[in-house]
Amino acid sequence: MSTIAEKINTGEKLLPSLEKEQDLLSGSEAIRVIRRKGVDSFSKQGLPARKSEEYKYSPVSLLFKPELALRAPIQSPVLKTRDIDSYRIPQLDAYQITLVNGFFSPELSALQLEDGMISVSSLSTIPAPLVPLFTKHFGNYASIHADPFTALNTAVFADVLFISIPEKKLLDKPIQILNIIHADSPVLISPRILIHVGKGASVQIIENYIYTGKSSQVVSNALTEIVVEEGSRALFYKIQDHCTDLNLISTTQVLQKTGSHFDTHTVTLSGKWIRNNLNIVPDGEHCETHLNGLFILNGAQHTDNHTLVDHRKPNCESNQLYRGILDDKSTGVFNGKIYVRPDAQKTNAYQSSKNMLLSDEASMNTKPQLEIYADDVKCSHGSSTGQIDEDALFYLRARGLSIDSARALLMLAFARDVVNTIRIDALRTEVERLIEKRLTK
Amino acid sequence: MHMLSIKNLRAGIADKEILKGFNLEVKPGEVHAIMGPNGSGKSTLANVLAGRSDYSVTDGEVKFNGKDLLELSPEDRAREGLFLAFQYPVEIPGVSNINFLKTALAEIRQYRGLAPMEAKDFLKLIKEKQALVELQGTLANRSVNEGFSGGEKKRNEIFQMAVLEPTLSILDETDSGLDIDALRIVANGVNKLRSKDRSFVVITHYQRLLDYIVPDFVHVMFDGKIVKSGTKELALELEEKGYDWIRKEQGEKIEA
Ligand SMILES: Nc1ncnc2c1ncn2[C@@H]1O[C@H](COP(=O)(O)OP(=O)(O)OP(=O)(O)O)[C@@H](O)[C@H]1O
Ligand SMILES: [Mg+2]
Repeated sequence: MSTIAEKINTGEKLLPSLEKEQDLLSGSEAIRVIRRKGVDSFSKQGLPARKSEEYKYSPVSLLFKPELALRAPIQSPVLKTRDIDSYRIPQLDAYQITLVNGFFSPELSALQLEDGMISVSSLSTIPAPLVPLFTKHFGNYASIHADPFTALNTAVFADVLFISIPEKKLLDKPIQILNIIHADSPVLISPRILIHVGKGASVQIIENYIYTGKSSQVVSNALTEIVVEEGSRALFYKIQDHCTDLNLISTTQVLQKTGSHFDTHTVTLSGKWIRNNLNIVPDGEHCETHLNGLFILNGAQHTDNHTLVDHRKPNCESNQLYRGILDDKSTGVFNGKIYVRPDAQKTNAYQSSKNMLLSDEASMNTKPQLEIYADDVKCSHGSSTGQIDEDALFYLRARGLSIDSARALLMLAFARDVVNTIRIDALRTEVERLIEKRLTK
Repeated sequence: MHMLSIKNLRAGIADKEILKGFNLEVKPGEVHAIMGPNGSGKSTLANVLAGRSDYSVTDGEVKFNGKDLLELSPEDRAREGLFLAFQYPVEIPGVSNINFLKTALAEIRQYRGLAPMEAKDFLKLIKEKQALVELQGTLANRSVNEGFSGGEKKRNEIFQMAVLEPTLSILDETDSGLDIDALRIVANGVNKLRSKDRSFVVITHYQRLLDYIVPDFVHVMFDGKIVKSGTKELALELEEKGYDWIRKEQGEKIEA
C-alpha cells in the first residue's frame, strides 16, 4: 500500500478526478481521444518525483498537496472590461484577447477583425474552413510523453484558444492576450493555446499572465503550441507580472519551418512559483531563433526557466540570453538545453545566462546542457552568478545617489541587455517602468 | 573656520594601517596639493574621505564644515558638497552618464531643500559644462566611462565635478594619463570653479599640473602622514631633487 506522501508525488490523487472530469468536458470525438491519451500518459508518469532530473530544483509536491479542483466556474461574467483595463499596456494599440480560467472570452476581448485578417476562436467556434488546420496541428508538437504537465494539461483542458494568421498576412499591430486566472479556492486551471502563423506571415504576440484571486493554492498549468510556417516571423512576449501568489507551469512548444524567425521573451516580475518550459524545434533550414529571459525575484519567489532548442536541420541560428536578479530568499533555475542533431551542420547556437544575487539567502542554479552530434557547428555558452558591483555602487553613491537609487540603476543596467531586445516600443517602455517600480520599492 | 579639518587620522584595511596620524586643515577658497611616493596612502586618504567602507578608521576625526564627516554615508558626504575625482574611475555599462547625473543632482538638491531642476535647465547646464571641459556630446551620453580612453575618463570626472559644483573637490591624480591639451582643459575646468568658497585637494605626482592649478600649499606625504608642507616652491624642489632628501631628513628626525 502506498502512503499519502507517495500518492501526492505520483499524482495518483489526481487520477480519479481526471477520470470523472472526462465525461463532463465538452468537445468533439477527436478531442476526447486526445484527452484520453493525456489521462493515460499522465497516469503512467504521475507528477515528477523528488528525484526527477527535470524537476529536482523545482519540486512540485507542495503545489499538489492541497485537494485541487479540476475546473473553476467560468467567471467571465463576473469580470467587467473595466476590471481588466489596467492590465492593458499603455500606449499600445493591439488586438485584445482575453482568456478567463482558460476560456476565451469574446465579451472581454476587443478584436474588430476585418475579413482575411486573423482568426481567433475557441474550441466550439472554430470556423469550418479552419477545422482541418486545427486538427492537423493541435496537440502534435508538445509531447505528452516528454513531460507530465503536458500530459496533465492535455487530459483536462476545457477550452482552446486558436489563433490563425493567414499566409502572407503582415499583421499591422500586436495581439495582446490577457491570460487571466480568477479563482479563490485551490484549483488546477489548464489554459491551452494554439497559434498558427501561416507561410510568409508576420505577427507580434504579447501574453500577460494575470492572477486576480486570493488563494495561494491555485495552480495554472498552461500549454501553448506555436507553429511558425515557412518564411514567417513571430515575436512572442510572455509577461509574468500581476500574478503574485500564483503557481504557474507554463509550457511553450514551438515548431519552426524553413527560413522562419522566432523571437521570444519571458519576463517574470511576480508569481509565487513559476516553471517555464520553452521548447523550440527549428525543423527547417535557415531558421533564426532568439530566446530572451529576464526574472526579478524577491521574497520566497521561485522561478525556473527550462529551455530547449532542438536543431534538426542545417544552417540555423539560435541565441539565448537570460538575466536574473534575485533578492531575499528567492530561488532561480536556468536549465538551457541545446541539441544539435547529426544533420544540423553549420548550426550557430549561443547561450548566455547571467545572474545577480542581492542577498546571501537567494540562490540560483544554472545548468547549460549542450548535446552536439554534428561536427561543423559553432556553439557556445556562458553563465555567471555574482553580486552587485561594489565599486560601481560606491562610485554612484560618491556622486550623491542614495544606496537604493544606485542599486536600482545598476540592476536596471543589468536587465538592459534583455530589455533592449524588446522590439515593441510601448512594451519596452512598460517593462522598464515595471522593473523600475519593482526595483525601487 | 576651516572647511575641512583632519586630525590624527588613522585608517587601514584588514590588519594593515595605511594612514598613520594624518593631519590637514583646508580653509574655504584654498588649493592644497598633496604629493608623495607610490603607496604612501594618498588614494587611501581620498577614499576614506569619500566614505569607502573597505577602509576602517581606527582613530582621529574629520570635520567638514563643522560636521563629523566620518559619520555620514558616502551619498550624504557628496550632498554636503564633497567630490572625489577617482584615480581609477570605474566603467558602469548600461548606466548612462547623463541619466545618473540627473538623478544625482536631483537627490543632492532635495537634500539641500532646493526645488527640482527643470529639464531644460538641466540640459542647459550639461551643455555648458560639456563645453567647459570640451567633452564630446557622444561621451556624455554614453554609459559611464564604458570604453572611454584613460584621458576621457579623467575628463569625465572633471565634467561631473563641474555639473555637481562641489565645495570641496579632491582630485586623485586627475592629471595622470592626460595629453598636454587635456591637461590644460582639465586645469581650466578646475580654475573656472575656483572661488572664495570652494576648495581643492589636488593629489599629483607632477609639478607640471601645479603650473596650471596654482596651489596655496604643497604637502609631502610619506608612509601615511604629511611630513613636510610648504608653498608651490616645494613642488619645484621635489621635481628637481626627488624624494630622497626628504627621506633623509625623515631618517635624521627619527634618529634624533
Ligand atoms: N584595498 C586595499 N587592499 C590592500 N592594500 C591596499 C588597499 N588599498 C591600499 N592598499 C595599500 O595601501 C598602501 C597605500 O595605497 P594608496 O593607493 O593609498 O597609495 P597612493 O599614495 O595613492 O599610491 P599611488 O601614488 O601609486 O597612487 C599601498 O601599499 C597599497 O598597496
Ligand atoms: Mg593613488
